[in-house]
Amino acid sequence: MAGEQDAATRPLAFKIQGLTKSFGNRQALRGVDLEIEAGKSVVIFGPNGAGKTTLMKILATVMNPTSGTILVNGLDLKQHAWEIRRNVGIITHQTLLYGNLTGYENLQFYGRMFDVADLPARIREIISVVGMTARQHDRVATLSRGMQQRFAIARALLHKPSIVLMDEPETGLDQEAIPLLWNAMPDEGGRRRTIILVTHSLERGLELGDRIIILDRGKIVFEGVREALDLARLQATYRNSTSVSV
Amino acid sequence: MRFWKKVLAIAWKDAVSELRSREIISSVLVFTVLVIVIFNFAFGADQEKLSSVAPGMIWTTFVFAGMLSLNRSFITEKENGCLEGLMVCPVSREAIYVGKALSSLLFMLIVEAIALPLFAVLFNIPVISVQIIVITLLTTVGFVAVGTLFSALAVNTKAREMVLPILFLPIVIPIIIGAVKASEMALTHGSWSDLSSWLQIILAFDVILTVVSFLTFDFVIVE
Repeated sequence: MAGEQDAATRPLAFKIQGLTKSFGNRQALRGVDLEIEAGKSVVIFGPNGAGKTTLMKILATVMNPTSGTILVNGLDLKQHAWEIRRNVGIITHQTLLYGNLTGYENLQFYGRMFDVADLPARIREIISVVGMTARQHDRVATLSRGMQQRFAIARALLHKPSIVLMDEPETGLDQEAIPLLWNAMPDEGGRRRTIILVTHSLERGLELGDRIIILDRGKIVFEGVREALDLARLQATYRNSTSVSV
Repeated sequence: MRFWKKVLAIAWKDAVSELRSREIISSVLVFTVLVIVIFNFAFGADQEKLSSVAPGMIWTTFVFAGMLSLNRSFITEKENGCLEGLMVCPVSREAIYVGKALSSLLFMLIVEAIALPLFAVLFNIPVISVQIIVITLLTTVGFVAVGTLFSALAVNTKAREMVLPILFLPIVIPIIIGAVKASEMALTHGSWSDLSSWLQIILAFDVILTVVSFLTFDFVIVE
């Protein structure tokens, strides 16, 4: 009962209606409708070409949709992209870091872009969270892929975003660093972050998501809450609802 | 003020990155020196011939060196998805454009500052003059302004090294013609009033191309 009340009063972080995206004749997204409450974790599964990365790029304001409306924290994405970017962090399978700059310099650069207050202190803090203090002055290109990804996590969380978009964020991370990624995610200043995670790992997604979504050929073909699913049921659902098998 | 802080942060990032890798300046400098040496062998010491071909020689060298430099400008942003990282920052696309143009301008001016004395020494032509420096500055500004736009456009294509000159050269040709004509007059001891009409043409194209590039960059960069 308390949970229902909580869900009813919780503001929406995302309200997506009739979202489409076409590349020439090919439709990558075909009328996606989705509502995500603030502070919730949503995991998106889907086969290659399902439209997951296209959806993430649109939500990150990197790509323009062909049609549809998106409200982020109540703000229209088209008209308020600038304000929305202040509240969004992004982690992808690419690090988004400059190889010839050190980890510290990369964070310094992105901190300036996001107008982060008391930047040196914040950089020190976030570098220590990702466990890279000893290598902060090494050029990113000289670091291992896993270490680069740790700096990528620091970059995404540097400006304390309330929303984090993650597209295959575990790429390159070693077993020790994966819990570090998830431990850094949930809270910032006592509030839960809204997380959208794209992954191919059904186990990991089931473990982390409050809600599970399966996307196939640009449409949402399944939507459910974690409590109603176990791994076997999720695998069966994935198999039955998508065009490929697991 | 905030706009310029972000512009300078982007230019700073490019400058530090280039200082470490020397990818752009070293390759462009090697190309420039090679072209100058080849021209030197081709035209020898015939001063009459040299004074007639010198403006063309200088601007052929600068145009192709500049294209090499501009080609690299956005390739570094594509590596590791950095362009995406830049685009999710709360900065206007125009700030990204000006920041990238500023760093490209700096790299080209460094190459030109080294190449002009080389021309002077190897060909014995009076290229170290206020007139030639003004022509070079004005031309480079327009060249970089439009080149940055097309570099961003070309970086998303497969044959980017080919696409950039095909799209870019026809647009920038009026500036180059102006630069060649003005340089010809400057090298034959023309006065400022002789040069003024060509300088005005270069300046007019600088303004037009900079404004158009500034306003259209957003459409070019967003997928």
